[in-house]
Amino acid sequence: MSLLAIPRMALVACALLFVIPLIVPGWIMFVLTKALFMFIGVLGVAVLLRGGLLTFGHALFYATGAYTVGFCVKWTGVHELLLLIPLGALAGFIMAVLVGLIMARYREVFFAMLNLAFSMILFGALLKFYWVTGGTDGLATGTATLLGNPLLAGSFGYYYFTLAVAGVVTFVVYRYMASPIGYFLRAVYDNEIRIEYSGMAVRQVVYRTFILAGTLGGVSGVMAAFTIGHIVPEDAFWIQSGEFVFMALLGGFGGLPGPLMGAIAFEFIQTYASKYFPLAWQMTLGIIMLGIILFQPGGLWAMYQSAVKWIGRGGRGGEQS
Amino acid sequence: MANNPENSFVLRTKDVFLSFGAVTAADNLNIEVSAGELVGIVGANGSGKTTFLNLITGYLKPEHGSILVMGQETTGMPPRLVTKLGVARSFQVPQLYTNLSVHESMLLSLAAESGKGGGFWKPLHRDPWEQQGMETLERFGLETYADRPVSELPGGGRKLLDIALSFALKPKLLLMDEPTSGVSVENKFQVMDTLVNVLKESDITTIFVEHDMEVVQRYGRRVLAFDNGSVIADGEPEHVLADPEVRTAVLGRV
Amino acid sequence: MDTRLLTIIFFDGMSYAATLFLLSVGLTVVFGVLRILNISHGGIYALGAYMGTWLALWGLDVGLPPAMTYLMLVAGALFIGFTTGPFIERVLLRRIYGSDMHIQLLLTFSILLILDDGMKLIWGMEPMFVSEPYALLGTFSVGGIIYPYYDFALVAVSIMFGAALVWMVRGTSFGKLMVSVINDHEVSLAMGINVNLIYTVAFTVGAVAAALGGAAIAPKIAVVPQFALEVVVLAFAVIAIGGMGSIEGAAVGAIIVSMARALAIHLAPELDLVSIYLIMIIVLAIRPQGLFGEVELRRI
Repeated sequence: MSLLAIPRMALVACALLFVIPLIVPGWIMFVLTKALFMFIGVLGVAVLLRGGLLTFGHALFYATGAYTVGFCVKWTGVHELLLLIPLGALAGFIMAVLVGLIMARYREVFFAMLNLAFSMILFGALLKFYWVTGGTDGLATGTATLLGNPLLAGSFGYYYFTLAVAGVVTFVVYRYMASPIGYFLRAVYDNEIRIEYSGMAVRQVVYRTFILAGTLGGVSGVMAAFTIGHIVPEDAFWIQSGEFVFMALLGGFGGLPGPLMGAIAFEFIQTYASKYFPLAWQMTLGIIMLGIILFQPGGLWAMYQSAVKWIGRGGRGGEQS
Repeated sequence: MANNPENSFVLRTKDVFLSFGAVTAADNLNIEVSAGELVGIVGANGSGKTTFLNLITGYLKPEHGSILVMGQETTGMPPRLVTKLGVARSFQVPQLYTNLSVHESMLLSLAAESGKGGGFWKPLHRDPWEQQGMETLERFGLETYADRPVSELPGGGRKLLDIALSFALKPKLLLMDEPTSGVSVENKFQVMDTLVNVLKESDITTIFVEHDMEVVQRYGRRVLAFDNGSVIADGEPEHVLADPEVRTAVLGRV
Repeated sequence: MDTRLLTIIFFDGMSYAATLFLLSVGLTVVFGVLRILNISHGGIYALGAYMGTWLALWGLDVGLPPAMTYLMLVAGALFIGFTTGPFIERVLLRRIYGSDMHIQLLLTFSILLILDDGMKLIWGMEPMFVSEPYALLGTFSVGGIIYPYYDFALVAVSIMFGAALVWMVRGTSFGKLMVSVINDHEVSLAMGINVNLIYTVAFTVGAVAAALGGAAIAPKIAVVPQFALEVVVLAFAVIAIGGMGSIEGAAVGAIIVSMARALAIHLAPELDLVSIYLIMIIVLAIRPQGLFGEVELRRI
């Protein structure tokens, strides 16, 4: 395998995402924009799941990124994406470095629930310190700028910028997963004893992956803040974390295409569900999730793969599992 | 350093003691192993053989006593640090990465051996690891399985891979826990021949635990017989295995 | 610190400890036997609270005497416990025993999502409140502070509850079977123990405990949607501190958490929520298996 070999699947996905906005109505492009920044957050959750690590608190980082934008806009009036994305990433990174010190010690149930506890602390703080955070009203973010020029959420420019950010992030995650650490992460799921008996610290593997996931959560939050234009404490709430996990599960977390499919499918489900069953959103999520767990554990990506195999065209590519 | 007598031993335990409730698993063990030795440990089930390996590698901590590896005190160190000092081990039940391929598992051992684990940006599949990995697999006769998932390996192959993963760490001391358990009777000598040849070439001090007397007799240069957590005989295989006390202890209750 | 404040903190702490114990003991029983953290526990708890309150209100509506509200609360909770428990275990959980931990967590999480919304659809978004059980018992005063007897009753109920569960596990032959299933699943199967039945019963016991806990606390608070998940997080904190799977641990965990929270509320109110998680993090950092938990070393 050559060093920079980009799977054909990634190129196809890029081409599709590049062309589709030109031919579909504007609201679909907006839904895709949302799917793209969600995808960045879902990647973090999916990568952790590759190590068997489930988190119910990823919204912690998402909200960290979002409120980084909120505070910057509020105090400095800066709306610059090229400044705020690195800043949001840094905020997510720092948060993950601190929280990860504790989280790297735990697995399974404890990992999932302690993450949840941390995100609930942030949620509580966002509500309680309302003179800084705006409390339940949240903060408005206004319009983002790119190199000083306003970039309206819902415009073509905004969509392609989000696509570019998602592309960069995907590449970083792809490299991470192909690196020794990425394989050690898969091995954490398999056999921690063998890793320790190789002289590697399992905790370091988990810690670094946690930091990667936290940083991605921060980036996702920055994009969310500008796309939606408004941030609220619910960005840190468990329902938001649950939605990240839902997307990873729906798309399948075995490779990189899964989280993307999951995020896109999720955004469309949400769009239609809020129209037809506005009161039963969580129930919709729950029922679909139950269905995936019981009948299609690999998610949409696995479904697609088996469909391809079944048709017999022998489509190859994508990240190997 | 050179005049320190501790250094002439690859492994030295001093009064190492551990008990599980009423059962004494290690009863003041004083064992010395010099560089280049090939030591077989025999004993009945529950005689403390595996516990001995777990103690040396830091998986279990002794209640008292001390363990020295290459003259360095390792008592209380976790397995990861003991491994870094040059002690590798295989397991009675192979500890493998069941969802990776055989070759990828090997690459992970090489990445771990390289010091910092190989980082998070350059790919795992890189030279010279690719080539070294294949070479090691060839030495253990596993090259045909290289790209297969570990879960598809047959029992003997799992055993060999488990040892090959430890071997790839370039240890100074290799501990093998029942290398032939789970291997069919026809294959056990073949597995041992492969192992002993590889070890002889690379000059690694080896301790192997084995309940199969035949294997110990054939391959061990020195044999320790364990009973109730203590060493009841230590010497050349012919003498130790002929000892009636050893025969009752090891074979008397299976 | 004056003794008056200490008394207040102590009484607040004890009544909250009873609440916490009732909401977490079922979770620890289920984890102890099935080794699954049942996130839908919070949903069953909330359902118990809703159903009990609804039945009690209905009873008052049709003219039953106020004292009957206690019976209605219990009846509502038992109904929820005995229906949801066996259903969730038999129909859903049974299919994922032996799966990865994250699959098990996600399954019970999706059940929680469904239950949480289901309650909203049935009972609406408005808070529901039945005050009779609370008011009927009256109040007493300690050092000038007025306390309702209901809080006292909660402490008594939770002690009885805990004692009954401990007796069930230690004193009955069914409990002995349960312990043997916990210790060695395979051997128990080989010995011909009906492991499936034990799982169903254990899960149902957990569900009934959750629903009863919800119903017992309902008169103290207004029942509102979406408190189901907070309940699981709290309950998890309690049993993680005490040691997952230990009934005594849940009791000690509940006392520690509630004393910390009572201290925080009276001395540093902004640390109210944080204090709980802080205690959990500190305990787990020192003793990852919890106070009453045992370390499991994998045999290699």
